[in-house]
Amino acid sequence: MPIIINHLNCIYEAGTVREVKALKDINLVIPDGQFIGLIGHTGSGKSSLIQHLNGLAKPTEGEIYFNGEDINDPDFDKKKLRSQVGLVFQYPEHQLFEVDVFSDVCFGPKNMGLSKKETQLRAYEALKMVGMEDEYFYQSPFDLSGGQKRRAAIAGVIAMKPKVLILDEPTAGLDPKGREEILNLIKSLHEQMEITVILVSHSMDDVADYVERIIVMNQGEVFLDDTPKEVFSHQEELEQIGLTVPTVTDVMRRCGKLGLSVDEQVTTLADAKKELLGLYRQKK
Amino acid sequence: MSMIQTQKLTFEYIRRDEEGNVEGITRAVDEVDLDIKEGDFIAILGHNGSGKSTLAKHMNAILSPTEGTIYVAGMDTRDDEHIWDIRKSAGMVFQNPDNQIIGQIVEEDVGFGPENMGVPTEEIWKRVEESLKAVGMYAYRKHSPNKLSGGQKQRVSIAGVLAMHPKCIVLDEPTAMLDPQGRKEVIRAVRALNQVEKITIILITHYMEEVVYADKVFVMDKGSIKMEGTPKEIFSQVEKLQNLRLTVPQVTLLAESLRKEGMPLSKGILTVDELMEELKCLLL
Repeated sequence: MPIIINHLNCIYEAGTVREVKALKDINLVIPDGQFIGLIGHTGSGKSSLIQHLNGLAKPTEGEIYFNGEDINDPDFDKKKLRSQVGLVFQYPEHQLFEVDVFSDVCFGPKNMGLSKKETQLRAYEALKMVGMEDEYFYQSPFDLSGGQKRRAAIAGVIAMKPKVLILDEPTAGLDPKGREEILNLIKSLHEQMEITVILVSHSMDDVADYVERIIVMNQGEVFLDDTPKEVFSHQEELEQIGLTVPTVTDVMRRCGKLGLSVDEQVTTLADAKKELLGLYRQKK
Repeated sequence: MSMIQTQKLTFEYIRRDEEGNVEGITRAVDEVDLDIKEGDFIAILGHNGSGKSTLAKHMNAILSPTEGTIYVAGMDTRDDEHIWDIRKSAGMVFQNPDNQIIGQIVEEDVGFGPENMGVPTEEIWKRVEESLKAVGMYAYRKHSPNKLSGGQKQRVSIAGVLAMHPKCIVLDEPTAMLDPQGRKEVIRAVRALNQVEKITIILITHYMEEVVYADKVFVMDKGSIKMEGTPKEIFSQVEKLQNLRLTVPQVTLLAESLRKEGMPLSKGILTVDELMEELKCLLL
């Protein structure tokens, strides 16, 4: 179910001295099944944008169409929207509250008005999908490790079977292994459930390895919107707005400047390795 | 001179069920022997739950050891008489900037520490000015902290600690919640304090790139120290780190994978500059 964002503007505290234009004339089309990275530094409008996508914030101007319907139309069923556009907030484990992991994951589907049986079935599936072992199902969510808590929280959203999954910095505060595990989990959810995933992140290295499209936000506007290769070829512009390119892209660009013939659009470690080894073997 | 010295430092959490019966004991820190010299820049790495934070909390007597001893600037932390002197010698900065700022205005917040210590008013203002200048936040002294960015807030927190004139600052994942720009700001401020003011720094982090400048790195796992050495020594052991749920900076990973394929690069390359120097010799 595609999302179309049409001339979206958002102004906080309009008409006061503290007026902030958080989003300025955003136009985006998000087709089914894409894996998108949404990047921008703090205050660039990322969070404002994703809050609009599931109706948590109302546009000052412009429309958002979900499956062809304007989500801010008074007749539109917002509750249904929120189960179809699942939003995983930053530090989602802070929102765990139930007595055990299983009940916590049941909360979403239960609120959708599903039968008890269906609710439990979905919770079970969701927990299996995020790789939670059976032995943790009836433990208090507060006894889990940081990475496990985050999995449980993601399962809570997955259990609603959303068509679009939005995750706001899902790897913040995790150790490197934990980061990799969560990113791999998101990738497999994208493939298995065939859903659209929007991954909000600060880490260019993370995003480059996983997504097929990157949207860069700056000062409330869409600054770049393209494939990772294209986006990271704008190194100077990205650095001007306080962002970096992946380390390997930086290495390749610096090789290019030395006059070496390499593909400067490389964004992953494996490709960089191939390029440099090729050069070395040629030289030898 | 030793800034922080531990001998068989051990800390155990007692887990209790809802009725308060003892369920079991978790050994968070297990017989740690450390010796941190005055003026050192130390980094502590370890996955979530490895005991880093528990160890850090012993360094300014928030926690007291179950067994073993820890001396901070020569004082035993179990000695209640010295508790305020210890907290004056070793300041602490935590992960979430929003939990540490209490003042309505930046300079008030920074003055809170010395005011509590009974420093005369004129001296407080002098210290506030010095501290804010040291972290590059003097221009914001009249601002409200809640309008600052994460990196700026975190630098205000550091200034607040600095105003107490500590010999040592312990930073527990100070950049975990920041964007790349904010992370850079904080790390730059911390390095300057170490190099210019000669303050001992103990930096706990998950970001391998931040560790590159440390004099010495400790890697923790299951409450004890598993590896110690210079960043070069530590990061040349890629597999061992990965077994401890950690990773190495991406540029190190690239250099290492090239080395394995037979390119004669040196072990433990930590920065893009270093790699470029060696590539120049090999490929040009």
